[in-house]
Amino acid sequence: MADEATRKAVSEIPLLKTNSGPRDKELWVQRLREEYLALIKYVENNKAADNDWFRLESNKEGTRWFGKCWYIHDLLKYEFEVEFDIPVTYPATAPEVAIPELDGKTAKMYRGGRICLTDHFKPLWARNVPKFGLAHLMALGLGPWLAVEIPDLISKGLIEHKDQQGS
Amino acid sequence: MSTVEELKLRVRELENELIKCKQKSCNTAYQASSRPKIAQMSSEVVDSNPYSRLMALKRMGIVEDYEKIRTYAVAVVGVGGVGSVTAEMLTRCGIGKLLLFDYDKVELANMNRLFFQPHQAGLSKVEAAENTLRNINPDVTFEVHNYNITTVDNFTHFMDRISNGGLQQGKPVDLVLSCVDNFEARMAINTACNELGQIWMESGVSENAMSGHIQLISPGETACFACAPPLVVAANIDEKTLKKDGVCAASLPTTMGVVAGMLVQNVLKFLLGFGTVSHYLGYNAMQDFFPTMSMKPNPQCSDAHCRGQQQEYQKKEALRPREEVAETEEEVLHEDNEWGIELVSEVTEEELQSASGPMPALPEGITFSYALPSESGDSASAAPTVGEEDLSLEELMAQMKKI
Ligand SMILES: [Zn+2]
Repeated sequence: MADEATRKAVSEIPLLKTNSGPRDKELWVQRLREEYLALIKYVENNKAADNDWFRLESNKEGTRWFGKCWYIHDLLKYEFEVEFDIPVTYPATAPEVAIPELDGKTAKMYRGGRICLTDHFKPLWARNVPKFGLAHLMALGLGPWLAVEIPDLISKGLIEHKDQQGS
Repeated sequence: MSTVEELKLRVRELENELIKCKQKSCNTAYQASSRPKIAQMSSEVVDSNPYSRLMALKRMGIVEDYEKIRTYAVAVVGVGGVGSVTAEMLTRCGIGKLLLFDYDKVELANMNRLFFQPHQAGLSKVEAAENTLRNINPDVTFEVHNYNITTVDNFTHFMDRISNGGLQQGKPVDLVLSCVDNFEARMAINTACNELGQIWMESGVSENAMSGHIQLISPGETACFACAPPLVVAANIDEKTLKKDGVCAASLPTTMGVVAGMLVQNVLKFLLGFGTVSHYLGYNAMQDFFPTMSMKPNPQCSDAHCRGQQQEYQKKEALRPREEVAETEEEVLHEDNEWGIELVSEVTEEELQSASGPMPALPEGITFSYALPSESGDSASAAPTVGEEDLSLEELMAQMKKI
């Protein structure tokens, strides 16, 4: 499914308990608390491992998420805005993470800049409902995608480091 | 003072306006030649009767009452490669009402598919489709919605239109057709139809464009989309030779046309009551193989409304006098069983071991896209569960912002 580093990172993300989606009232608040707890722990773990790579926040209903992710390549930091909606069927189905600014630059994306996850992601997610949350989505979905696609996009000259733009 | 973002948005709005104007002037040219509405379908064979060849089905005794098609309302969710062709077929067949749902715009990258034309690029798919379809058959009533059904607000509206968007306002639609290209949207349709007890048909084309399927889902009576992992028609392509590194998905107008044809044929049989309505019909394009099957609902389905519909259905069945027809449905097994599935490549040993959940037996040529663990199984990790922190959601949100 994934490399050793990803496996280790995932094994250190707390699992979630509440099987509740955004159409539920009270239980969804409980699920959101768990989402935030897991995300905070994952970001703290990343920082401790000197591998801090994203930030996320949501609207107050927790239905729309947005933030930044970044990738270091040749000592340069490439930063992108990420966003996604929580589908009504969450957590049975994972949200589709989008990086709109990369839309049209890679074939590994669906319309609207939604990243194309590996064949392994969906089965893995389905087997771990409702234990996997957004932190797992970042670790198993967006992280590996960036690691493959960003160096490729840089080598093809499709993305430039912000400092080099316009020079 | 406007920001650059606002100005960009304004430019985009104006561009869309321009496209619409262009299309309107095109349409006026068409409309001059388009016919007025027809009050009653006639079987008279004359050049000017668009329904004569359809009404011939009645004369030949294949369909008892073809005109009944005008009394039905069908919702098509997803107006892409399969959905647009589906909508066109139903329009040409003289369906009473079509409700179209899609949030996408027509793009030049869609031109390897049927239906949409280059001059429609930039328009919303539902709007472009309505324009074209209205010209083809002005007798059809259209209702279009340009939004993503999987978000909370839109989903509520979607449910409302399924329950009240029938030919007579306030009545439910007769059938929902899923022509979407992703799992989230299928699950959203499944959720809505289980809650409403709405019969629907699923359709799909594989990402390598070499297989497809259609499936009738009658809540409580046949397996719903959440009863088991998604079914796939084996395309008999060696996974190792299939290079997916560079792209997400391929698409062919042929495969999508075949699947749309299978779907609408099943719709016509279902609505007009002729032939055998398929519960599941697959298409393997490499071998030209069409597997069929039927699957009972899973009493342990994760969707509570599916389980509720199953109880309702069984109550109704118990009241019905027994018929002497031997059903050949595949029995869903519910104890753990060893079963040879074709798992996605590169699964680990632990993943394989956990893949022994309850699974129905499937006929040759159809497999599950993945396996689920048995109830107690844990394939994930030995990670601890989130703690019982006393912090409120607001406090946690603030904490997340600070790090
Ligand atoms: Zn079910």
